[in-house]
Amino acid sequence: MAQAAAVAKPPAPPRRRRASATPRRLPYLLIAPAALLMLGFIAYPVISVFYYSLQNYNPTKPWRNGYAGFDNFVHAFTDDPQFWDTLTFSAKWVIVEVGLQLLFGLALALIVNQTFVGRAVGRALVFSPWAVSGVLTSAIWVLLYNSQTGVTRYLADMGIGAYGTSWLSDTATVFPAAIVADLWRGVPFFAILILADLQSVSKDLYEAAEVDGARRLQQFWHITLPHLKDAIVLSTLLRAVWEFNNVDLLYTLTGGGPAGETTTLPLYIANTSVDAHNFGYASALTTVAFVILLFCSIVYLRLSKFGGGQK
Amino acid sequence: MITEIAPAPERVEPPPTGTRGRRRAWDEAPRWQIYVPLSIYLVFTLIPFYWILLFALRPAGSTSLVPWPMTFEHFEKVWNERAFGTYFQNSVLVGVSTLVMTTLVALAGGYALARFDFRIKRAFMLALLCTQFVPGALLLVPLFEIFANLRMINSLSSVVIAETVFQLPLSMILISGFIRNVPYSLEEAAWVDGCNRFTAFRIVVLPLLRPGLIAVGSFAFVHAWNHFLFALMFLSDQGKQTIPVGLNTLMSADSVDLGALAAGGIIAAVPVVLVFAFIQKWLITGFSAGAVKG
Repeated sequence: MAQAAAVAKPPAPPRRRRASATPRRLPYLLIAPAALLMLGFIAYPVISVFYYSLQNYNPTKPWRNGYAGFDNFVHAFTDDPQFWDTLTFSAKWVIVEVGLQLLFGLALALIVNQTFVGRAVGRALVFSPWAVSGVLTSAIWVLLYNSQTGVTRYLADMGIGAYGTSWLSDTATVFPAAIVADLWRGVPFFAILILADLQSVSKDLYEAAEVDGARRLQQFWHITLPHLKDAIVLSTLLRAVWEFNNVDLLYTLTGGGPAGETTTLPLYIANTSVDAHNFGYASALTTVAFVILLFCSIVYLRLSKFGGGQK
Repeated sequence: MITEIAPAPERVEPPPTGTRGRRRAWDEAPRWQIYVPLSIYLVFTLIPFYWILLFALRPAGSTSLVPWPMTFEHFEKVWNERAFGTYFQNSVLVGVSTLVMTTLVALAGGYALARFDFRIKRAFMLALLCTQFVPGALLLVPLFEIFANLRMINSLSSVVIAETVFQLPLSMILISGFIRNVPYSLEEAAWVDGCNRFTAFRIVVLPLLRPGLIAVGSFAFVHAWNHFLFALMFLSDQGKQTIPVGLNTLMSADSVDLGALAAGGIIAAVPVVLVFAFIQKWLITGFSAGAVKG
């Protein structure tokens, strides 16, 4: 993060300062609304999460409320198998989703970056699920997966599989089924970002490579991929954080089931706070999630040497 | 975050020169290498869309794979009986309010970031970036308490504020990028002609920002329109709920009415598809200008 900010210092064009036109308080006035909103509705909630993580806090059991020290954390790490299960599932979900989305998104971006007849229409159609919400994605895939009139019925008509199969309620198939549903909406996101970055690869590089006799695959490895590196690092990171935090799809598609099989850590936290009203413990889990995210992000940026190349 | 704002030109096609070999190798992959994978992917993309249309348009109980005979019974049912008419109004209200608030607040902040050097600017930029790591879903409980204290639970304004707050950082970063793209000298010229800073901004800069503002505004609208969790948590009264919550209610019923669900889904998709078709061109340039450039 710090690196990104350091890079971000813009090479400001030389500016003439006009004291009369730029009262010193003006920039502060301009950012005040945004700053106040963010302080009140992001910073304050974050701090209160940290505070509650050290408390026993359950509105339905007020007699137990009070300072708890690190009890909540100790409980999570030593005495709560569900915490480990959901954390493991979150990791699995994020890695598989982001990996596949990157793979397909990159391939798709390279394809629609070519010149061919029907490119504009092709792009529009390929990108179209991007704007579809998590809930609507769930609705669509519930229709596709339902056991009576979903795709399994028509597959069974053709002799593939059995009638009445429901991929979402079988622990063996629910993971791939949910992954595919989320890929449907997630791949275009990567394709759009990578396509945007592909626009800025200099043509001269390819020409020079051709003069040197490089093949298309070599050009991809030695020109395209290094150029895309920073965009890929940043978009995989943002996407991973997003996939970790986002609960819309799994909440509505599987509800975390069957048998808790697809419960991510945020879903577990939501259940702990909303259904069980155990706000203190939920806050502790949230804090743990924060720390894990932050730690993984820093490690990822370091390992990938983000911003190290020249751009 | 933003160092340069390329005007992000549409890719210029190479002129079809007669010199064979040059440019060919990269630019012109064999046709089948484009059309075969693209077609396969399009099948994967389009079947779900077809499926929901099919369920929405064919009569209940039909198993035909073409929506014929066509019926609009599901739409009527979901709009009237399942209160999607009300949800639609609420969603429009939330979406438009979020759009207006986000754009105005981000415009002010983005201008400050683009045009001034001030003491806390670096810290502020860093804070904007950090918010990208803050999960809105995990702040539900404290946010709920804040809105309860403000007596805003069950009022659409709570959802508008929450959506705006989480839209702001990215919008502000994008807008400050667009503003930096407008030469400062234009504004200064207007001051010389006797405009004050605000008038100069309104007359000179604002018209040039239109594409950027359309992109950011539509973005905010679509997000608010699509987002589910805040509405689910902060609005308990059925008459106050939004379309995604309505869809979830349809889905979590004991026996799901698939026709109604499909029709509701299409009602949810229509505004987004319209907005998306409208802004697609700006979206790619907006992203390449603001979000990705290291």
